[in-house]
Amino acid sequence: MPHTFAEKILAQNAGLPDVTPGQIITATPDVALSHDNTAAISKIFRGIGVNRVRYPERLAITLDHASPPPTTRHAQNHADARRFVAEQGVTHFFDVGRGICHQVLTEEGLIFPGVLLLGADSHSTHYGALGAFGAGVGRSEMAAIWATGQLWLRVPESIKITITGQFSPWITSKDITLHIIGQLGADGGLYASVEFHGPAVAAMSMSSRFVLTNMMAEMGAKNAWVMQDAVTFDWLAAQTGAPERRPAWEAAARQLAPDPGARYAAEYTFDASAVEPQVACPHTVDNVQPLSAVAGTRIDQAFLGTCTNGRLEDLAAAAQILKGRQVASGVRLLVIPASSRVYMAALQAGYVETLLTAGAVFGTPGCGPCMGNHFGIPAPGEVTISTANRNFQGRMGTRDSEIYLASPAVVAASAAAGKIAGPEDI
Amino acid sequence: MPQIHNSQPTIQNSIRGRVWKYGDGVNTDVIFPGKYTYTVTEPAEMARHALEDLDPAFAANVQPGDVIVAGKNWGNGSSREQAAACLVHAGVGAVIAESFGRIWYRNAINNGLLAVTCAPAVAALNAGDVVEIDVQAGVITTGAGQTFRFPPLDPAVQAILAGGGLIPYLKQQFQSAG
Ligand code: SF4
Repeated sequence: MPHTFAEKILAQNAGLPDVTPGQIITATPDVALSHDNTAAISKIFRGIGVNRVRYPERLAITLDHASPPPTTRHAQNHADARRFVAEQGVTHFFDVGRGICHQVLTEEGLIFPGVLLLGADSHSTHYGALGAFGAGVGRSEMAAIWATGQLWLRVPESIKITITGQFSPWITSKDITLHIIGQLGADGGLYASVEFHGPAVAAMSMSSRFVLTNMMAEMGAKNAWVMQDAVTFDWLAAQTGAPERRPAWEAAARQLAPDPGARYAAEYTFDASAVEPQVACPHTVDNVQPLSAVAGTRIDQAFLGTCTNGRLEDLAAAAQILKGRQVASGVRLLVIPASSRVYMAALQAGYVETLLTAGAVFGTPGCGPCMGNHFGIPAPGEVTISTANRNFQGRMGTRDSEIYLASPAVVAASAAAGKIAGPEDI
Repeated sequence: MPQIHNSQPTIQNSIRGRVWKYGDGVNTDVIFPGKYTYTVTEPAEMARHALEDLDPAFAANVQPGDVIVAGKNWGNGSSREQAAACLVHAGVGAVIAESFGRIWYRNAINNGLLAVTCAPAVAALNAGDVVEIDVQAGVITTGAGQTFRFPPLDPAVQAILAGGGLIPYLKQQFQSAG
């Protein structure tokens, strides 16, 4: 019987010949991700009455959400996480400054085709771009995984999205992703595994593909997936410095690729050629408008960063737009590279200098103000345009402020214009 | 013995309370703001911030057993467990919605909070109504005497709810395994 990606990988992980949507299986994750929430999870873990993590080598922990810590309480939280890491012998630990969990784990070669990751973070859908199964879980569930090495999962229905056509200049995977979420709604992929197929996806860089899978969390998806090809394997070889692993990645990808004739709960086709820049308006990610409908909206702050769009190609797009220009007076442009590796590459490519010259402010690799912890909290009444994935009311720490979401190109152009604008408007 | 975060009494078979009614797409950031996730940890303090950015009147007026009734995709967004735990600490007896964000749903069950999908009941219930839920029978009864059935809970879910949440449940399992 033909199967989808989710059915294949969950059957393989559970050691079953076959699974069907709706079935409950026991999954044994290869990677268990937590971040600044590690300290809180460790308290729950102790409450279970076990002392040792079952598979400490499978834990991956980053300190990225409030990093470096802005207050004593945040600092204590980090200290508690470090103590847990030392106590339990966790080897995959990435301290302040290394970067955002989702970016760091992919850079570190922990994620490749066939990996099953459960993360105490909703954007764990991210990893599907590399042919891994990534899903978010809660803190108690992470504690349970630490204690037992396992967790129950429901086999999801799958949704197939095909993206055809070609992107016009300055149109990116962020625009098509926002467009899809706007069309299908915040519950358009609820409980589902969302697969991306089609020539426009094949033409994307790895960085761009991560935007698709990362943001499927905003459509309610359990996990997401993008087909793998030379782009994937070249990227993995470059990041890991281990090209000899390529045959194994290719074999796993081939085996887990969805079968022709697999059953989908829904199938959609989108045309990349027909999309103009898209903007998600306050206060929901599916409140999406074409740029032309909101151009001219006043902004106070522009934020370039996050696990969605804080990678090298994002900083490159912003640098290209802001070269020889200045951030509009009265507007702050915050730039936070997604990882130390991205930061170094941007420095070597000259993007950091270009952006600093234009008037940008740089933060330590990490989440920054994305979820309202520090470094760029807006004042009441202020408007932010951001490359992040979420614009819920209060998300950046202030209830009475507005967040618009857009591509790095639109965010950079808006910073220069002092109002929402596209690269072609400035 | 360290204190267990999720110390919730084993779920009752019958839940009865007043309805707090909300619309579609209520997300985790308005249920429990992200800015508190690393600093607010005490149950009573968590309860005080419940629904802070959605309904400032909620935390001050909610009574034990009250039921939240909402539209589609309640709890979409972040994986933060406090978005379920803060409601438990505030005394909420159950949440009835048209659909749930998947991680919120898991977090609710794992914290011993009953979450029921039943669109017709959502349509029939209004803020301030009294509602009763018979968990075993899978029946919701409105104050006006209308009844609605909801599908039986998955056995894995039932076991966790019966154990009072995932952590107490696991604790019992580890203890009985010696
Ligand atoms: S950058 Fe934002 S969305 Fe990404 S992991 Fe950090 S807080 Fe979450």
